Amino acid sequence: MIDAILAGLKGLAEGSLALDGGSLVMIAIAGVMFYLAIAKDVEPLLLLPIAFGCLLSNLPLSELMHSGGVLKTMYDFGIGNELFPLLIFVGIGSMTDFTPLLANPKLLLFGAAGQLGIFATLLLALALGFPKESAVAVATIGACDGPTVIYVSNLFAGLGKIDTAMVGALAVAAYSYMALVPIIQPPIMRLLTTEKERAVKMPPSSGKVSRAALIAFPLVVTVITGIVAPKGLPLMGMVMLGNFMKVTGSVSRLCKASENEIANIATLFLGLAIGGTMVAKDFLALNTLLVFGLGLFAIVIDTVGGVLLGKLWYLLSGGKMNPLIGAAGISAYPMAARLVQTEGQRWNKQNFLLMHAMGANTGGQIGSVMAAAIMLSVLKGLGLI
Amino acid sequence: MSNLTFGLTLLLVGMGGTLLTLWLLTLLIRGLTALLPPPKPGPDTKNP
Repeated sequence: MIDAILAGLKGLAEGSLALDGGSLVMIAIAGVMFYLAIAKDVEPLLLLPIAFGCLLSNLPLSELMHSGGVLKTMYDFGIGNELFPLLIFVGIGSMTDFTPLLANPKLLLFGAAGQLGIFATLLLALALGFPKESAVAVATIGACDGPTVIYVSNLFAGLGKIDTAMVGALAVAAYSYMALVPIIQPPIMRLLTTEKERAVKMPPSSGKVSRAALIAFPLVVTVITGIVAPKGLPLMGMVMLGNFMKVTGSVSRLCKASENEIANIATLFLGLAIGGTMVAKDFLALNTLLVFGLGLFAIVIDTVGGVLLGKLWYLLSGGKMNPLIGAAGISAYPMAARLVQTEGQRWNKQNFLLMHAMGANTGGQIGSVMAAAIMLSVLKGLGLI
Repeated sequence: MSNLTFGLTLLLVGMGGTLLTLWLLTLLIRGLTALLPPPKPGPDTKNP
């Protein structure tokens, strides 16, 4: 009898005996993510499930990420095959209004300049000794777009070219820096521009685009992506599918489901499963710290690229372009555009840059997905995927 | 392929390809909006 009681007690003590330093650190990291999501409102929709997944997989003797465990099942069901990021992309497309971009298409070029961080980070990561595939995965943080980062990094993880734990680190870094855009960008915008440039008043955009043009636009972008960068067609195709449903106005139920129920369910499962990959033995490594450092570098260079193109435009247009608009050429939508509006009004109360910045910002969304698509196709050409 | 060659290839083809494709898209958007312009506002019916 006593032996049975002791054996039972031993079973209860197994969890606490198995708790090690690494698990405690990861639980503390989950706590920090909970704090950021709940108290600081840092991307709570994704950071909170990621933190909970991290907590669940790091509790002693946790089997949730083992074969048959609930987190592993979610991972295999929707991340291993890229389904969840793509479902989120349908939602993003159905939430995006491309009217300001179509009214002023040249703003799309800011969406290209805003991807400079991807390629600069790639070079830096390679110089720091990252293997090629890991360097590409880290560089995609410069797309400033969480689902793109998860899609690309998981593609490499599926091919066994990068560690699965790295997908978690990359996702957390990408979403954290996206949320920190209002803190990261303004000092760079002020550093690179003069007060005169920041005060440039832009004429109001007409904002008038026909419904037919809005309907044709997602089809044109899908076809162009399919021809130029077929490896990235799943990414762009899903964004444009969501937008096509929105602008036609004939499938409002599907559109609402895409931007609400489907995107929410995919976000919850994706967050939990990504958090589940953050196990101590793989996550607590020097590479994780480097990933966070390189991610910050990527977002900084994105902003520099956009603002410098804005300055060039300012010079070529005889002072008619406000270079701050270049900072909106990233994928953080609509946060980056609102930031440009706030910053522009700080220097000229009469200035309303929002519509122009929205155009650059939606250009940044297309640019980030296009850059990832082109990069994947180039990698295929080089025989790396 | 060395890391330097790989990085520079992606920088040139990747960034260059992104710029070129988006520039091509701006031309296509211009074509689209010219081909499918917004309807002109009708005559003001409030005034006789």
